[in-house]
Amino acid sequence: MTSAAGAAPPAIELIGIDKSFGPVRANRNVNLSIERGVIHGIVGENGAGKSTLMSILYGFYEADAGEIRINGEPVRIRSSREAISHGIGMVFQHFMLVPPLTVLENVMLGAEGGSLLASGASAIRKKLADLGREYGLEVDPGAIVGELSVGLQQRVEILKALVRGAEILVLDEPTAVLTPAEADQLFEMLRVLKSQHKTIVFITHKLREIMTLTDRVSVMRRGEIVATFDTAETSPPELADAMVGRKVILKIDKGPAHPGKVVLEARNLVVRDDRDVVRVDGVSFVLREGEILGVAGVAGNGQSELLEALAGIRPLSGGEILLGGEPMPAAEHNPHAERLIGIGHVPEDRHRMGLVMPFEACESAMLGFQYEPVYGKGVLLSRQAIIADADKKMEAFDVRPRAPLLKTANFSGGNQQKLVLAREIERNPKIMLVGQPTRGVDIGAIEFIHKRIVAQRDAGKAVLLVSVELDEIFALSDRIIVLCAGRITGERRADETNAQDLGLLMAGIDEKAA
Amino acid sequence: MSAPLKPLPAWADVAVIPLVNVAAAFVISGFVVLAIGENPLEAVQILITGALGNLEGIGFTLYYATSFIFTGLAVAVCFHANLFNIGVEGQAYIAGLGAALAALYLGFLPGYSLVVIAVIAAALFGAAFAAIPGYLQAYRDSHIVITTIMFNYIASAIMGYLLVDVLRVPGQMNAETQAFPETGRIPQFHEVLAAFGVQWPVTPFNLSFLLALATAFGVWLLIWRTRLGYEIRTVGANPVAAIYGGISPARVTIIATVLSGAIAGGLAVNVILGEEHRLILEYTAGFGFVGIAVALMGRAHPVGIILASILFGVLYQGGAELAFDKPKISRDMIVVIQGLVVLFAGALEHMFRRPVATLLARRVAHPPI
Repeated sequence: MTSAAGAAPPAIELIGIDKSFGPVRANRNVNLSIERGVIHGIVGENGAGKSTLMSILYGFYEADAGEIRINGEPVRIRSSREAISHGIGMVFQHFMLVPPLTVLENVMLGAEGGSLLASGASAIRKKLADLGREYGLEVDPGAIVGELSVGLQQRVEILKALVRGAEILVLDEPTAVLTPAEADQLFEMLRVLKSQHKTIVFITHKLREIMTLTDRVSVMRRGEIVATFDTAETSPPELADAMVGRKVILKIDKGPAHPGKVVLEARNLVVRDDRDVVRVDGVSFVLREGEILGVAGVAGNGQSELLEALAGIRPLSGGEILLGGEPMPAAEHNPHAERLIGIGHVPEDRHRMGLVMPFEACESAMLGFQYEPVYGKGVLLSRQAIIADADKKMEAFDVRPRAPLLKTANFSGGNQQKLVLAREIERNPKIMLVGQPTRGVDIGAIEFIHKRIVAQRDAGKAVLLVSVELDEIFALSDRIIVLCAGRITGERRADETNAQDLGLLMAGIDEKAA
Repeated sequence: MSAPLKPLPAWADVAVIPLVNVAAAFVISGFVVLAIGENPLEAVQILITGALGNLEGIGFTLYYATSFIFTGLAVAVCFHANLFNIGVEGQAYIAGLGAALAALYLGFLPGYSLVVIAVIAAALFGAAFAAIPGYLQAYRDSHIVITTIMFNYIASAIMGYLLVDVLRVPGQMNAETQAFPETGRIPQFHEVLAAFGVQWPVTPFNLSFLLALATAFGVWLLIWRTRLGYEIRTVGANPVAAIYGGISPARVTIIATVLSGAIAGGLAVNVILGEEHRLILEYTAGFGFVGIAVALMGRAHPVGIILASILFGVLYQGGAELAFDKPKISRDMIVVIQGLVVLFAGALEHMFRRPVATLLARRVAHPPI
C-alpha cells in the first residue's frame, strides 16, 4: 500500500479533506503532505480552518470527504483513541490537565493499565524518567500540576503524548500562553524531538515563530491550503501575502506624536489580585493627550491588574489616580462613572470581559452604555435604536458580517475585537485604556485596529496600550514603560530603544540606569 | 469527546424539542399505566376529556394553569440572572399570609381597593421573604439553592405556628383563617360572566388568570425591553462582563430575587384570594416546585411558560378525573407523569437534541456557498 517506491512515505497525507459546519465550509479540498522527521508549520488567519483540520486528524470531527494516510496507510480516525493508536499526539492551546493531580497522575489518565494503580504507575514513572533523559524533558513526577508554571504544564502535555507512543506531535498555537523565555525552551524541546525523528506539526499565526522553528510551512486561507514553502526559501512578507491574499503593511505608517498636557497621572499605585497578592507595586506614570503610552512586559507582571485598576474594575490598595491634575474621587473609581467622564476601556479578554457571547451583537455593542438615552427613554430600551446604533458602529469598523442580530459568539475573533473597539472608540473618549487589542486577531484586522488606535492619538486623545506583543508595542507606542514583577523597570522613547533593550527591562535589568 | 452539536434552527429549539420531550414522558408513563394493568390509550382519553372535554374541565385546567404561570415566571426571572430560586414554594406561602392579613384586617377599605391592596400585600410579603436569600447570595456568598431550600422549611414552620396558634378561628378544628369578606375576594369567571348573562359552570377559574397573563407580558417586557432586564441578562450570562459594563451583580441579584418573590405571590392571589377565600395550612401544595419544571420546559420565556402551564394544568385536572374514573390509577400516577415530564424537559433536556439535529440536517440539504 506504499505510495512511492523507494522513498519513505510521508508521515501524514491528507487528500481532498472537506468539512462543513452547516453552511460554513471550514475545510475545502485540503491536500497536505508532511514528511517524517520535520517540523511543519501551518499558518493562517483566525478562522482559516487550521484547528478544524487538526481536529479531523485527531478524530474530534470526521471529514465529510477525503482520505487520511498515516505512513502511507489509509486510515479512518473516529476518536482521539484511534488517533493515539496511530501515533498521533495533540497538545492543545488550552491544556487538558487536571490541576490538583500530580504530573504522574495526569500522564497516567486514560492509560492507568488496570484497576490497581500501582503497577501502571511504576511503569509510567519509568517511562517518564526515560523520556526525560532522552529528550531533556525533566519534570518532577510528584509535582502538583496546578502549581507548575505554564511552560512546565505544556511540557507535561507533550510528555503525555510521548508516553502514549506519539510519533507525530500536533501543537495548536502552543506559544499563545507562554512567556518569550518559555517559548524559546519549547522550541529547543521541539528541535530535540525532531532530531529523534518525531514529526511535528506546529500551528500558529505568528510568522516569526514559523521562520525560527519550522522546516516547511503551509499556508491556509478560508479553509484551503493555498501554498506550501520550504521555510528557508520564503519570507514573512511572502507568507503574510499568502495568508491574507493581498499585500499588508506589517509596519503601519504613523507620523510623529504631538503630546499635549497630562490628562492622567498614576501615583504609587498598589493593586492586589483576587487572591490578595500585590501585583502592582508602587507604579507611577503620566499619560499625555496625543500620545500612545505602551506598557510592555511579560504576561503576568501586573499589566492586567494595572489596566483593570485604571478602568475602575479593581480597587486601589494604595496610591492615587489624578485626572487633569485633580485626584479622582473615590466615588468615580468605577467603570460606570469613568465612562461618563470619558475614559474608554478595551479589555484584554473579549471573551471573559469585553463581550457577552450569547447576546446578539447589537446588545454586546451597547455594554457599558446601556444607561445612555440614545438607547431609549426611561426604563424601556428601543430595539430600533439599539440595532441602528450597532449597525452604524459595525459599518464604521467594518465588522463582518454586518449583522447586528447575529449572536456575538458567531463572529470570528477579529470581528469580535472590532466590535469592542467600535463600541469604545465611537463613544469618543478622552482617554483610551487598551489591553491586548489584537490578541488572537488575524493580520488584516490587526492592521485595521492599529490604524484606528493611531487615529485616536492623532485626534489628540490619550492612549494607554497594554500589550505582551513587543511588535505591537513598537508599532504603536510613542513612549514605553516596562513592567516587571509589578514595578516599572524602565521608561523609553519608542524611537530610542530596541527589542534587546526592552527585553532586558522586561527581565528586570536596566542597562542604562546601571 | 465527540463532535459539537450543530445549532438547531430556532423553531426546532423552542417547539420540536419540548414536544419530543413531553412525548417521551408520556410514552414512558404509558408503560407504567400498562404495568398496573390499565389501558394507556383509554387513560390518555380520560385525561384529555377530563381536562378539556367540557367547560367545567377547562375552568379547572385554567385555574391550575394560572398558578403555574405565576410560579413558572417567578423561577424564570431568577433563571435569567443565572440564579436558581427553589424557594418559590415558601415565598408563595408567606405571600399568602400577606394576602390574608390584608383581606382580614383591612376590611374597612371601600370597594375593590381591598382586593387590590391584598394583591399588593401578597407581592410585598413574597418579595420580602425572597429578599433575605437574595441578600445572602449577593453579599454573603451563601448559595441561593441552599438558602431557598431552607427558607421553604422556615416558611412552613412560621405558617404552621401562625395558622395553628394565632390565626385559627377559635373552636375550629381546621388550621385555617376566617373566610375573607366579599370585597377581599377576586371574582371568579362564572360570577363575572353571570353578570353579563352568560352561563358558565362553577369553577375556581378567576380573574387572576388575566393578572397572570399581564405578569407574563410584564416579564417579557422587563427581560427583553428594559435596562434592568438587560442588566439581569448580562449578569446571568457573564458576571465579569457585567462588572466591566458598570453593572453591580450584587444589586441585580437582589432585584431579581425580590421580583421573583413578588411574582411568586401570584400563587396566593389565585388560590387564596381567588378560590379558597381563607388562608389554609400548606395551601401551596407543591405548586412552587412545579414552577421550576414549568420554567425549564418553557425555556424561561413567558410564552413557553404559558404553554407549559396549560400542559401542567391539563395534567392536574385530567389526572384528578383519571384517578376518579380508574381507582387503580391513583393521583400519585399524575405525580409520576409530572416527574417524567420534569425529567425529560429538565434533566434530560439535551437527550433528543442530537437525534433531532441529525434528522433535520438530513432533511435540510446544505446550501452551497
